[in-house]
Amino acid sequence: MIRVVLPPHLRNLAQVKGEVELDVQGQATPQSVLDALESRYPVLRGTIRDQTTRERRALVRFFACEEDLSLDPPDRPLPDAVVTGKEPFLIIGAMAGG
Amino acid sequence: MSGVRVLVGTHKGAFVMTSDTKRKQWDISGPHFTGWEVYHVKGSPADPNRLYASQNTGWFGQVVQRSNDGGKTWQAMEGKFAYDGEPGTHKWYDGSSRPFEFKRIWHLEPSLTDPDTVYAGAEDAALFRSTDGGQNWHELPALRQHSTAPNWAPGAGGMCLHTIILDPKHRDRMFVAISAAGAFRSDDAGKSWRPINQGLRSEGIPDPNAEVGHCVHRIAMNPSRPDTLFMQKHWDVMRTDDAGDSWREISGNLPSDFGFPIDIHPHEPETIYVVPIKSDSEHIPPDGKLRVYRSRTGGNEWEPLTNGLPQSNCYVNILRDAMAVDSLESPGVYFGTTGGQVYASADAGDSWNPIVRDLPAVLSVEVQTLK
Repeated sequence: MIRVVLPPHLRNLAQVKGEVELDVQGQATPQSVLDALESRYPVLRGTIRDQTTRERRALVRFFACEEDLSLDPPDRPLPDAVVTGKEPFLIIGAMAGG
Repeated sequence: MSGVRVLVGTHKGAFVMTSDTKRKQWDISGPHFTGWEVYHVKGSPADPNRLYASQNTGWFGQVVQRSNDGGKTWQAMEGKFAYDGEPGTHKWYDGSSRPFEFKRIWHLEPSLTDPDTVYAGAEDAALFRSTDGGQNWHELPALRQHSTAPNWAPGAGGMCLHTIILDPKHRDRMFVAISAAGAFRSDDAGKSWRPINQGLRSEGIPDPNAEVGHCVHRIAMNPSRPDTLFMQKHWDVMRTDDAGDSWREISGNLPSDFGFPIDIHPHEPETIYVVPIKSDSEHIPPDGKLRVYRSRTGGNEWEPLTNGLPQSNCYVNILRDAMAVDSLESPGVYFGTTGGQVYASADAGDSWNPIVRDLPAVLSVEVQTLK
């Protein structure tokens, strides 16, 4: 079970409260987690990664285990602590704007 | 209930304001979609309880919301926007060519007859349509693929398709306007387009009379006279009586012919409204006085409407989609400001009162007349 923390705007959009728990088929990677997330909440398609290119949107970041995973390849396995559910996969709206 | 419903999009959410036909007391709900930029909210002429809203942030992109109960509840639509085929290129500010890149929806225009059909104007300029209530969107690509598109360039606010007008008499005819490409007309439901900019003159482009490149800010039509359109251009207020084949200037005695919105009296097609702004480099009212100008002669002769509007120390702007008129017997005129005020007149502009004073910057104002 992968735990995912969404930023407030996306929690509102998906109408969820707190963390989202996802069953991810196969290896847990940022890509497979986002695939599972968008499958459960289709309204989130295009909000985290571009719907056409599937690249991460510029002002969205991925954190886990106190590491910034945003620039990792999307198919790189997530840390074991995320895979086991000990730590969440954090989707963050970047600090920008002021 | 007979009355009006005013739909307001702001930099930080949407608001729904309702009143009876007196338009003195208002119920205000919102913010909806708090924290998101809401460029536009508009209701279906065929079903006034069907509303569409465009919400966007730089972080999370574009979402279209739909309401089936007049704005009491909303549902986020899953459909997204993607250009049809190769995006092609347009001109950038420095003259280089850049691929079209979807950024946001500026304007939503529901069909005149079908609540599930709605058009969407995008930045970078393109026209989309949904026929299933906003669930899925498909581009009408002929506009973006027009032979002039590689020469379109963005205005300061981006290369936005901000105006969509559906012709009530010629069902396959529609008009769009793009900053800073100009106005275009389709006579075959969007399968093909032609620029309709003859008569526009723009000093800020190399050829002032060019076929495209004009920064059209807004176009308005009175449905009773669909061949007559009024335009607020970057500079100049214009009119056409032949569906855009030729335009002539009607700025007349305006204190400034720069501005953004333009609208028309619902029962008097020669009565039009604009809000003069000082200049393209100073987006503030002239002399710190917020004045709507009304022409009862189809242009050229304008009178200031000031009763109830601030006449000193006012430095707000009124954006292109932030003015609307209802169709009650004594028509209401509404506009919103970048200072967060929404003003209403229940007597065709003779006097004004604020519905609300302290919203986030207002991006758009629409009104529905409820029977």
